[in-house]
Amino acid sequence: MNNSLAVVVIASGVVYGTPLLYAALGELLAERSGVLNLGVEGMMLVGAVMGFWTVQRVHVATWLSLLAAVAVAALAGAAMAAIHAFLVITLRASQIVSGLALTIFAGAAGLSSYLGNDLNLADSPARHQFNPVFPSSVQNWPIVGPILFGQNVLVYASWACVVLVWLYLTRTRPGLNVRAVGESPAAADAMGIDVVAYRYAHTLVGGAFAGVAGAMFTLAITPQWVDGITGGAGWIAIALVIFAFWRPELCLVGAYFFGALQALAPQLQARNIQLGPTTLWTNALPYVMTIVVLVFVSASGARRRLGAPAALGAPYVREER
Amino acid sequence: MFAFFASGLVLLATGHDPLSSYRQLIDAAFVSNGSLSQTLVSATPLAFTGLAAAAAFRMRLFNIGGEGQLYMGAITAAAAGLYFGGKGGPSAFAIAAMVIAGCAGGAAWALIPGVLRAFFKTNEIITSLMLNYVAAYVLTYLIFNTESYWRQTTGFNASVFPTSKPLPSSANWPAAVLHLQGGIALPLGAGIAVLAAAVLWVLYRRTRFGFEVQVLGDSPRAGQYAGMRTRRKILAVMAISGALAGLGGASQDGDFRHALDADPNGLQKQFYGYSGIVVAALGRYNPFSVLLVAFLIGGLQNAGNTLQGADFPSGLVGVIQGLILFSALGGELLVRYRVRFTRPVEVLAAAEVGA
Repeated sequence: MNNSLAVVVIASGVVYGTPLLYAALGELLAERSGVLNLGVEGMMLVGAVMGFWTVQRVHVATWLSLLAAVAVAALAGAAMAAIHAFLVITLRASQIVSGLALTIFAGAAGLSSYLGNDLNLADSPARHQFNPVFPSSVQNWPIVGPILFGQNVLVYASWACVVLVWLYLTRTRPGLNVRAVGESPAAADAMGIDVVAYRYAHTLVGGAFAGVAGAMFTLAITPQWVDGITGGAGWIAIALVIFAFWRPELCLVGAYFFGALQALAPQLQARNIQLGPTTLWTNALPYVMTIVVLVFVSASGARRRLGAPAALGAPYVREER
Repeated sequence: MFAFFASGLVLLATGHDPLSSYRQLIDAAFVSNGSLSQTLVSATPLAFTGLAAAAAFRMRLFNIGGEGQLYMGAITAAAAGLYFGGKGGPSAFAIAAMVIAGCAGGAAWALIPGVLRAFFKTNEIITSLMLNYVAAYVLTYLIFNTESYWRQTTGFNASVFPTSKPLPSSANWPAAVLHLQGGIALPLGAGIAVLAAAVLWVLYRRTRFGFEVQVLGDSPRAGQYAGMRTRRKILAVMAISGALAGLGGASQDGDFRHALDADPNGLQKQFYGYSGIVVAALGRYNPFSVLLVAFLIGGLQNAGNTLQGADFPSGLVGVIQGLILFSALGGELLVRYRVRFTRPVEVLAAAEVGA
């Protein structure tokens, strides 16, 4: 039963969905503070390469090495986000152009590839990787075994992150402040909230999440380094924030949906199931579905009501209040 | 300047000598024998994708799909080249067919995000970007996973190593040769790019269409009140943008690759579409500046390809491009900042004097 297509696709959908979830949560935090960061793909790739570098070069116990790798990946992602933050918050550059520039700077043909090359990371498997936490007897329970108990620490940590982000945004004072900054920075400023500090902090934390998302690729899904290993996941994460109406709990659902779509292609190919041009449509499916869902969300024509921060994408200029 | 300083720091930090890297870079891009020919090879597609991004940005449409539109243009143009080139007619006819097919393929692919934006208000950044991945899969699929029209199906090894059918010689685009630096080849595509830039300039600066596009881009509401048709303009602009990127694909087939290149380390590793965005942004969306920037960035890419190795690791080109773009963004803001803050003060002072 555990080898049936549905169970395997859902179980690996959770795996593939986890980087989407981390990246989307990070992007959500940044966007809630009013900063659109289109550089997610670039931040993920730099996080992925630096995380991988850490496990290859830091020779300590496995758990310590992996912990360090996640920390380094988060720092690397945050460092990339800092460039974007400086340009759009301090220099008030266009958030769209700056985000694209960040993806080009850090992305598959940029810094991540440079670092991967320069640090000689390609063509060797990871020395340590994240493995399932629970014993195999538990993993073999019917249906729930592989889906719920066959996962690694990063997956379980992502669930905690969803809860924490949700609690933070809806139940704490700083969370309320972030939402104020994202909706109306002028009003927030008048209340004595430091708009610039809030935006910097959330853009950086968003970058850290994206870095961890990248590390999920190189330390768990495909434990090796290849240029452009994330394959557009950063962009799907950006779209995911829109489908999720800027709510963390819906990010979880969306991430696993898209994760399952990504898991479908290798599974159908492995089982030799042919439905028309299978290699084409299964590979293209996650991207096409992103477009389809995006069209449904935008065609409903009620984006503002559905939770887009009102000041998203707009620089805050105190003098123009 | 700042960009070169900053990328120098990147080089230093990773243990390379920045000065010698730069000297080699300029040498490989513009000075050494045959380098200008190679630079034009990189600059031609960048001119097309740069013009494509610039054309869309006039209306504040972010067409990030130049990459996919270029692939689609390459696919349709290769089909036209294979079909008409094989008929034995005059070469000019086959080339014209490829140009038209390339435009049509790119435009059709760009119209998908265009229609979604015009009728459903769907964000064109994400949709056009997603279509890049889809186009890449289509391209790979045509050669590697199916016995399509584009694939070499006869001959030695054809079933073992999937390759694309070479274009018949009458579908190869001619190049003019300048007798400098050991012969500089000016590909036909480069000429078409210059022509396209001129047409784009006239269209946007000298026609009513261009004016309306600009108004709708700067202030959609004002345009609508003046009775301009937003949807039609979005579709037209996206089609123009896609057609330009598609032309880049056609030029790839006709000028340089002489077959539909589906090699995962070939056309798909060049990222012409993404670099086109950098080119357009640095050219400040002016068609002629775009050509100039395409030439410079083309030189950078060419140098990157030639020098790839110990002194010049791959990926550095993207790093330098990103840094140049960051510096341009930061610099632009500082310039605008100054203007915005002096004027109101003068106006106020004048008003006070008047009172």
